[in-house]
Parts: sequence; structure tokens; C-alpha cells
Amino acid sequence: MPNIRDIKRRIQAIGNIQHVTRAMEMVAASKLRRVQSQLWAARPYAYKIAEVVGRLAQAPQVRKIPLVAPREVKRVGYVLFTGDRGLAGAYNTNLISLAADRLNTEERPVALIAVGGKGARYFMKRPVELLKYYESLTDEPDLFQARELARQLMGYYLDRSLDEINLIYPRFHSALRHDNEVVRFLPLVTPTLRPAEAIDYIYEPEPKSMLEIILPRYCEMRVFQALLEAKASEHGARMVAMESATSNADEVIDQLTLSFNKARQAAITKEIVEIATSAEALKARS
Amino acid sequence: MSPVIFEVVTPERKILREEVENVIAPGTEGYLGVLPGHTPLLTTLKPGVVSYRRVGGETEKLACSGGFMEAGPGRVVILGDTAEPAPEIDIERARRARQRAEQRLRERPPGLDVARAEAALLRSLARLKAAGAD
Repeated sequence: MPNIRDIKRRIQAIGNIQHVTRAMEMVAASKLRRVQSQLWAARPYAYKIAEVVGRLAQAPQVRKIPLVAPREVKRVGYVLFTGDRGLAGAYNTNLISLAADRLNTEERPVALIAVGGKGARYFMKRPVELLKYYESLTDEPDLFQARELARQLMGYYLDRSLDEINLIYPRFHSALRHDNEVVRFLPLVTPTLRPAEAIDYIYEPEPKSMLEIILPRYCEMRVFQALLEAKASEHGARMVAMESATSNADEVIDQLTLSFNKARQAAITKEIVEIATSAEALKARS
Repeated sequence: MSPVIFEVVTPERKILREEVENVIAPGTEGYLGVLPGHTPLLTTLKPGVVSYRRVGGETEKLACSGGFMEAGPGRVVILGDTAEPAPEIDIERARRARQRAEQRLRERPPGLDVARAEAALLRSLARLKAAGAD
């Protein structure tokens, strides 16, 4: 027979946990809303710049620009985006296992760059070359951070410490759904155009020097988007995880309340039986 | 003449989308004006003032800190690094930025990134000019 007081204490403890999970759910929801609006706000620029890059890339001289020109790959870099904190369901685990898979199957020499503490801590303990890691990026990324990161990555590519760079990050669809993807970052794959968009343009200055200005910005934008999508997915995953934790806590509380009531009922019955028997005994003596 | 759709977008948000009669923008090779029916053109922009006239309306100004402009017969798109419509400009802040940049360029402390200081100066001047406070 479980002790009534113990059950009561557990019900209270779970109630406290539920307060925390509910609060975390609400915090995640509001952060998600903010990051999501940043993501929508960044889209028109992202589409437009991709279109412009695609158009400029038709020019034959483009192949000579370092950020675009592929070369013999001596070392591949993977950039893994994860969160800093857990309690987001399988969000971090899924990303890490995708990265681990890729690193295992990759035959060329690899190096990893971890953006986010979870990924960094996992790969620190493993025999993988961790080129650099970033922790505690804010929950609402800004363009400034993206620029820093993009410059760092372009630097690795241009000084030849890496000859190919891929990004591993979740593509955000909704709070409930994101798909983890491995996307090539450098050398840039220039977007292909629909034929209707391939009109003859006047360029001022000529395409090559224009691309030299526009490509770094395009890279920054790609990194910014990846950061935003990763953060939006993380907040979404955390919101969903905390929502289900809250409802699980409800269920546990229901069950505990049931056994609490049963125990209480049993105790009352026991007392009545005791009183009744002692009354009978007294009656029998007199 | 049929109007042109004018859009200004930055990585952080869409600044505006309007029907306009003309656009004047600071191209790297000089200011250039775009009227309806322009040949397809792609140009880089330097920091400066973009002005445009709304259909049947006033001339509006915005400060732009560099970027690109794509012009076509019915559409002009500016991809700005940052862009602010004149009423949104913080004049005080721009003044301070100008002073700081001017001071740096005058004193030339060791390790000064001259290109960056010059860019900062140009940006603050563009803001002040767009806000009509220079």
C-alpha cells in the first residue's frame, strides 16, 4: 500500500515540473514567432539575390572567380548547425547523427565546424578534426553574426584550408516539421535560371567585377538563412517537446490522483472496520 | 506612361513596394535615373540617396548604404545592404557617426581601417542628406 503522503508529495513535484515545461513551451513559442518572421522577411532578398547571381553566372569569365571555381578537393569541411541546449526532443540528436553518418561515409579527409554547443561537445570527444566551434549564438540570429560566420568560412575556402564546404542544417517547414539537409556551400553552385529569366542585360560594371562584390553577399545571405532556419526549427522542436511533456505530466498526475484517492479510501475503510470491530468487541464483553 | 513597380529589399526586411514614375539611384559609376520602359540593367550602388516619385505624388527619399539595382521595363528592384526611408532616419545618430568617422580619418590612429572609416562616413552622409539635415 503506497503511503498517502508520498503520493501527495509526488503529485506536487510533478505539478512543479509541469509549470516549468509549460513556461518553456511558451517561451519557445514566442521565440519561434520572432525567428519565423525574420525568416519570412529575409526571403524576398534571398530569392532576388539568387536570381541575380544566377543571371550573372551565365557569363563565361565566372569560372575563374575563386568562390565559384571548383578545384581538386584535398579536404572537405562540414558545418554543423545545432542548438546550445537540449530539451528540444530529437532535434540535436538527429542533426548530430546525420553529421556522424556523413563523416563516416566521407572518403576524403574531413574537418568539422560546429555552430552550436551540442554538436561541438559531441564531436570534441571523437576522433574528428574540429576546425572551429561556436557556442551561445543568440536565439534570434542577426545579420552581423551571419556575416562573421560567412567571412570565416569564405576565409577557410580562399586560404585553401578547405576545398569544399557543406552545410548541415534543418530546413524549416513548420513548428512540427523540419528536414535535415546537407547542402553544398562552397564552391558556389550558381542557381539555374528558367529560360524566361535569361534576358540580355546591361551590366555596370562588367559581370566579373560585379560578381566579386555580389558573391560574398550571397554567401552571407546563405549563412544567414541557414542560421535562421536552424533556430526556427530548434524553437519549433522545443515547443513541441515541451507541449508533450506538459500533457504527459497531466497524465501522470491523473494516475497519481487516482491511486491517492484509492489509498485514502482504503485508509478510511480500514478505520471504519477497526471502529466497528472494537465496538462489537466491547458489546460482546458487556 | 505606365508606371514602374519599385521595390526595395534588404536582408532584414522588405522596405517598400510602390508604383512610381521615376527612380534616381547612386550607381557606382554615377547617379542614374530610371524611367518606365528602361532596358534591362544591373548595376552596383554606392552609399547615397535614392529618390523616387510616387505616381501622381511627391518625391520621396531614402538612404541606402550600397547594394545592387536591377532595372527592367516595368520593374526596378534595389537590393540594399541597409535602406531607410527618410522619416525613419535617426538624425542625431547619423550626426554622431559622421563626427566619429571624420575624427578617425583626421587623426589616423595606428591600425585604422581606412576603407571602413570612409564607408562609415559615406553612409552617415547619405543618411543626413536623405533626411534633409546636412
